[in-house]
Amino acid sequence: MAEPATATEAAAPAVPQLKDELDIVIPTIRNLEFLEMWRPFFQPYHLIIVQDGDPSKTIKVPDGFDYELYNRNDINRILGPKASCISFKDSACRCFGYMVSKKKYIFTIDDDCFVAKDPSGKAINALQQHIKNLLSPSTPFFFNTLYDPYREGADFVRGYPFSLREGVPTAVSHGLWLNIPDYDAPTQLVKPLERNTRYVDAVQTIPKGALFPMCGMNLAFDRELIGPAMYFGLMGDGQPIGRYDDMWAGWCTKVICDHLGLGVKTGLPYIYHSKASNPFVNLKKEYKGIFWQEEIIPFFQQAVLPKDCTTVQKCYIELAKQVKDKLSKVDPYFDKLAEAMVTWIAAWDELNPTGAAAALPNGKAK
Amino acid sequence: MRTSPSLLSLTIDSAVLNLSNIADLSSLPDHIVVDLFLRTLRAGKLNERVLKLFIATGKDEVFSLIRALNIRATVIPVLPTTIKDDEIDIVIGAVRSDLTSFMNEWRPMFSRFHLIIVKDPDLKEELKIPEGFNLDVYEKPHMDQVVGSSTSVFFSGYACRYFGYLVSRKKYIISVDDDCLPARDPKGFVVDAVAHHITNLTTPATPFFFNTLYDPFAEGSDFVRGYPFSLRTGVKCALSCGLWLNLADHDAPTQALKAKQRNSRYVDAVMTVPAGSLVPISGINIAFDREVVGPALVPALKLAGEGKFRWETMEDIWSGLCVKVVCDHLGLGVKTGLPYVWRTDRGDPIASLKKEWEGVKLMEEVVPFFQSVRLPREATTVEDCVVEVANAAKERLGLTDPVFARAAKAMLDWVNLWKSVAYISSSSPAV
Repeated sequence: MAEPATATEAAAPAVPQLKDELDIVIPTIRNLEFLEMWRPFFQPYHLIIVQDGDPSKTIKVPDGFDYELYNRNDINRILGPKASCISFKDSACRCFGYMVSKKKYIFTIDDDCFVAKDPSGKAINALQQHIKNLLSPSTPFFFNTLYDPYREGADFVRGYPFSLREGVPTAVSHGLWLNIPDYDAPTQLVKPLERNTRYVDAVQTIPKGALFPMCGMNLAFDRELIGPAMYFGLMGDGQPIGRYDDMWAGWCTKVICDHLGLGVKTGLPYIYHSKASNPFVNLKKEYKGIFWQEEIIPFFQQAVLPKDCTTVQKCYIELAKQVKDKLSKVDPYFDKLAEAMVTWIAAWDELNPTGAAAALPNGKAK
Repeated sequence: MRTSPSLLSLTIDSAVLNLSNIADLSSLPDHIVVDLFLRTLRAGKLNERVLKLFIATGKDEVFSLIRALNIRATVIPVLPTTIKDDEIDIVIGAVRSDLTSFMNEWRPMFSRFHLIIVKDPDLKEELKIPEGFNLDVYEKPHMDQVVGSSTSVFFSGYACRYFGYLVSRKKYIISVDDDCLPARDPKGFVVDAVAHHITNLTTPATPFFFNTLYDPFAEGSDFVRGYPFSLRTGVKCALSCGLWLNLADHDAPTQALKAKQRNSRYVDAVMTVPAGSLVPISGINIAFDREVVGPALVPALKLAGEGKFRWETMEDIWSGLCVKVVCDHLGLGVKTGLPYVWRTDRGDPIASLKKEWEGVKLMEEVVPFFQSVRLPREATTVEDCVVEVANAAKERLGLTDPVFARAAKAMLDWVNLWKSVAYISSSSPAV
């Protein structure tokens, strides 16, 4: 039976890696009490809180954290008309945090995710594992049957060509969840009691050409390598769909990573997911997505990006064009989404001008 | 008047009643052990622990009785499958002559099934195989009879097992190297690799979209949010590759560099290798659906310095790449992960490296070749696909190194051999 860890103090590293190069982005509409449990692992890092929902509500951040917080008013103020691309009343709003960050790496986590325990009972420092994943290469061109060859105690298997053993830079580290698994509404309805208790001690690169469902609950990425692709779409209030934000970002990201020769890893670290959202509410949100994904998946599987798309932004704009061309016939929503994708890139470039000084101070807390 | 029981008889009766307190019977004389065994049976007190106790004595009479009475230890664990025992062959390539401890260790998992033991034709010594199995043994004379000598298909060394694949009449084949023993999972339970491979082969594979929670058909798992429903039925799984604890399947340079490294990480997952993604399939611990992909496992790539250690071979890697390309083309699945076997320490990687290092170099050509192979739409059977791959290999790699030209020819010969010799059940279509 999976349980969250309690003794996190002991597991905190002496020297927090990348502490000035990584931002933790947390979307929230409720409260940030979960941060208390993560304190030993997160406190050295800068937090970007994206407050969804009613901006007049005050979200209290536990003492001792260095953070900046943005509510809807801030988002509107900073982006002006471009704020239309940022979702409201959906955790998709978190991608605003990616845009406004000045760091190289992002780790994002949901406010109902706690510290998990490994099979030996030790508290898992999810952030540290994500950093390890991002700082070691990926191997998308040939599958290693012993999983991540760069891990302690592992290596490439017989038959793995030496020329492919250097790997490529890792752009994304996708973590998993113990306890409440990330199921869709129909599966939740059929298996309301199923809990994920299987700790799979592996990290692996998702092969080039293979798509996967990227969950935003426990995710880290190299913002410099792939940031602009991490747009979480138009979801929530006023939109016909919800709970497909991270999926959309994941498919776009994977296609672009495959095109640019970057790697995506999945597996460790685990977090402990404590809240099972209401499956009926979820079904209403996902309903259209369940049908649409039958068209969306073949679209992404067949998407080809031209050779002259050499930057993430160029790739993304090209994808937006293809979305408009090929998916609008599924639903006019995709027209809007394609436009929002373009708006997102414009906003990203505005807030992240190339050639800007590398070391910019963090945004201030209000 | 009945004779009063002897002191010995009373003692044995008492022993039957106190079996739970007895830990070791090996010091008892043979005739007493036999008597005790028979009385235990009569008293209905034979259970798995007690049976193990008697087996541990090593007495021949006990084994004879066990065989005569057809007593069998329960298989651990019992995974529910719809497979009948008579649909499976366990094929063992004997590269070493003494299979006694190997077979005895695997007895609980193997004894239900029919076994095919194929002796490496280069092996001079007689095979030593313990009693109590339902098996057929094939040696060089059989190979000569079935295959003839004018073929470039080779059955020497580890490739001897392919002869077993050829002559088997069963649907599923499980094959394990003769230096591998049953592994234990982190909880200490013995892993029934056979049952696990069967589960892998009889549940669907999902090559068209990656499931982040790995095998969705495993107990306690499912497809995650975002997985298209139309892809959830999956496809037939044609091949299951297991892994290895202790001595992992690294190549010689890697193992030589990390001389002390042993694999102790038990990764509790099975997953489908995505379509279009190639993978080095080790032959050390595999299972496959012979009816569906049999001809695609080809004994073709024989290295110039090939030897009797896995570090000195690449035949399984070539074969596996061929299988994967064929499976991708025909919409079949390949799974990797559980089950683990325990691979015993054997051989010296540095000695192997001195002797045979070409294999490692050849992979630089082999992998890009297989990545570039495109099978035509008209190739709808496994045999046709293998022929296409063979022709492509001859064309694109034949001039790079003679070993490839020979491999291509061996593949064509193998397909012909398969067509003329192999038994395929008429009730089940190829795909």
